[in-house]
Amino acid sequence: MATKTKAVKISQKHLLGIQDLSVSDVNLILDEASTFIDLNKSKNKKLDILKGKTQINLFFEPSTRTQSSFELAGKRLGADVMSMNITNSAIKKGETLIDTAMTLNAMHPDIIVIRHQDSGACNLLSQKVNCAVLNAGDGKREHPTQALLDALTIINRKKKIQGLKIAICGDILHSRVARSNIYLLNMLGAEVNIVAPTNLMPKDIEKFGVNVFSDMKKGVKDCDIVMMLRLQNERMTSSFLSSNREYYEYYGLTPDKLSYAKKDCIIMHPGPMNRGIEIDTKLADDTNMSVVKEQVELGVAIRMACLKIFCE
Amino acid sequence: MMKKKYFINANILDPHNSIDEVGGLIVGETGLIEAVGKKVNTNNIPAREKVIDLKGKHIFPGLVDMRVFVGEPGYEYKENFRTLSNAALSGGVTSAVTMPNTDPIIDNVSIVDFLKRRGRDKSKINIFPTASLTKGSEGTNMTEFGLLQSKGIIGFTDGTKTIQNTRVMARIMNSASDLDSLIMQHAEDFELSKDGMINEGIIATKLGLQGIPEMAELIIIERDLTLLNYIKCRYHISQISSGKSVDLIRDKKENLKFSCGVSINNLSLNENDIGDFKTFLKLSPPLRTEEDRVNLVQGLKDETIDVIVSDHKPEDEEQKRLTFAQAATGATGIETLLSLSLELYHNESLKLNTIIKALTSNPAKILKIDKGNLNVGNDADFCIVDVNKPWIVKQENLISKSKNTSIENKKLQGKVTNTFVKGEELFKL
Repeated sequence: MATKTKAVKISQKHLLGIQDLSVSDVNLILDEASTFIDLNKSKNKKLDILKGKTQINLFFEPSTRTQSSFELAGKRLGADVMSMNITNSAIKKGETLIDTAMTLNAMHPDIIVIRHQDSGACNLLSQKVNCAVLNAGDGKREHPTQALLDALTIINRKKKIQGLKIAICGDILHSRVARSNIYLLNMLGAEVNIVAPTNLMPKDIEKFGVNVFSDMKKGVKDCDIVMMLRLQNERMTSSFLSSNREYYEYYGLTPDKLSYAKKDCIIMHPGPMNRGIEIDTKLADDTNMSVVKEQVELGVAIRMACLKIFCE
Repeated sequence: MMKKKYFINANILDPHNSIDEVGGLIVGETGLIEAVGKKVNTNNIPAREKVIDLKGKHIFPGLVDMRVFVGEPGYEYKENFRTLSNAALSGGVTSAVTMPNTDPIIDNVSIVDFLKRRGRDKSKINIFPTASLTKGSEGTNMTEFGLLQSKGIIGFTDGTKTIQNTRVMARIMNSASDLDSLIMQHAEDFELSKDGMINEGIIATKLGLQGIPEMAELIIIERDLTLLNYIKCRYHISQISSGKSVDLIRDKKENLKFSCGVSINNLSLNENDIGDFKTFLKLSPPLRTEEDRVNLVQGLKDETIDVIVSDHKPEDEEQKRLTFAQAATGATGIETLLSLSLELYHNESLKLNTIIKALTSNPAKILKIDKGNLNVGNDADFCIVDVNKPWIVKQENLISKSKNTSIENKKLQGKVTNTFVKGEELFKL
């Protein structure tokens, strides 16, 4: 990053979305996360920064990497981590989110990590509990830690974000990852291209200050980063798209389409990947270009940073 | 028999009779209007009679609200006829058209008897019930318009639902044409609005909420008006939300006879008011852009839009203390309808006469009822209003059984101070 505004304290009580953060908030989190990268590679990974603190993971939607990443991050910092299994909980018996929040609040947690299928669920929760709330994905709205770990990955590889040209491609309409990344990358001075078929493009997205493309070759042209999004299978059955093979033909990342990007372009994907649908399998495994594994690795560092900062 | 009442020095506004003058009102012993207007003053009232000097306050005909949801039967915990009528009276509403979306749905003659009885026994205002257009509001088999009308049903609507099937709609219009029935359509193509919660656009994209495109409204209006070209009947669009709908309706009104309403919410608020997921502003049709709102106001001004409704939809707190996706749709509004409408007068968007016309004589004309006027010899249904009185909307002060107001903490100017039904004072501030 060219210009850095140093902050010592986060401006928000909760991490609900990138929208609420300032540049100095973001830099604080990214700097803090950098200090955990080496720790996570070392033999003894355990710290006691959050010793005595209680972290509750409340996942209403199935998640492998985000949930395990948050769980690991909490444990490495020494927190007591409890992951609620929603399928067995009272929520399945009709308890409302607010009542669940009240119940959990009575147990005095220090931080609640929530993933929910409804946009704004974390906002609602944050109004009802005393502790900090970290959003691990709410509906189609935001997934702030994903955007932060993506930014950290980019900085790790490209040493900067300012001035980079970044294409985000795929199902933008349903993607909270895309929204958080648009806010964050714009904030950090990147030029953002959005590539999707019109059926998967949210209305008025250009007002977010991005360039909109329905032609992928034009959208990735001269880009430093190509970020692919996961395409959910149910999009085929509801007339958003005709077929997997046509989608792959026009919007899948192939060597041909990638040739329009810069030579040293890197490929990102929040996972899990649909090989052969949104990305060519060889490209996905090309460790020179694909940074998918790095994203997962740095995800733990980002979540450690967020837990530490928002617990304080 | 009640005592004869003499009101003087009021600003009397009765669009039906083109009265807009300082004068008085005399209510006879049987609750009928005996005289109205500038000729009623101290000079021609016997000196022994006690007169009530209104000192420049306004007298309007009792409001006719064409779109009101009551919880009875089935959802009495949200609103019953008694609580509804008390709320209505505090807002100057003396006649309400109730929607059939109850449990059970008002779709057959036997339930109408119950409804009329409850309305008569428990309500202090005039209740004009509608029945559904189709059985169970399912959009397939039409109800018995003729028989239902003969039992006192004022019009037909599926309330929150729209007839999606064009053939069914054509047949409904044919029947309505035969039987002189009033059809009230909520205009929304459900395929286009599927899972939608708020206006499609930047706010929906930002909040990550599924949008409702304005196309969903326009397509149904276009379709119904195409049918109306072939099948003449009494057709009313319950409420519109988009500025483009105003343009379309203005255009179509040149050659077709039909009417159209708008909710006070869409006239006064826009999508920005949703802020940080305020579920009380999850409405149907949704709040749209400021440009849409301004176009709707313009539509009222040039009489493209005929009626302002409260779209009073009581929902208990439990249905609103949820995520936006899970929360119920709708807001209460019958008691703030007039005060919120007066905002458009105070900010010089509309003339007072235009507003009152859309709240009294226009709905009465569409419904073919002798309400919403100050005709001599008619029931003395009217309200006295201090149009300048400031007040703040507070949930805890609302009379309706449900507190889901769309304008909590809003500062309003203008308040009903007294409401009379059949000459009897049933509300006093």
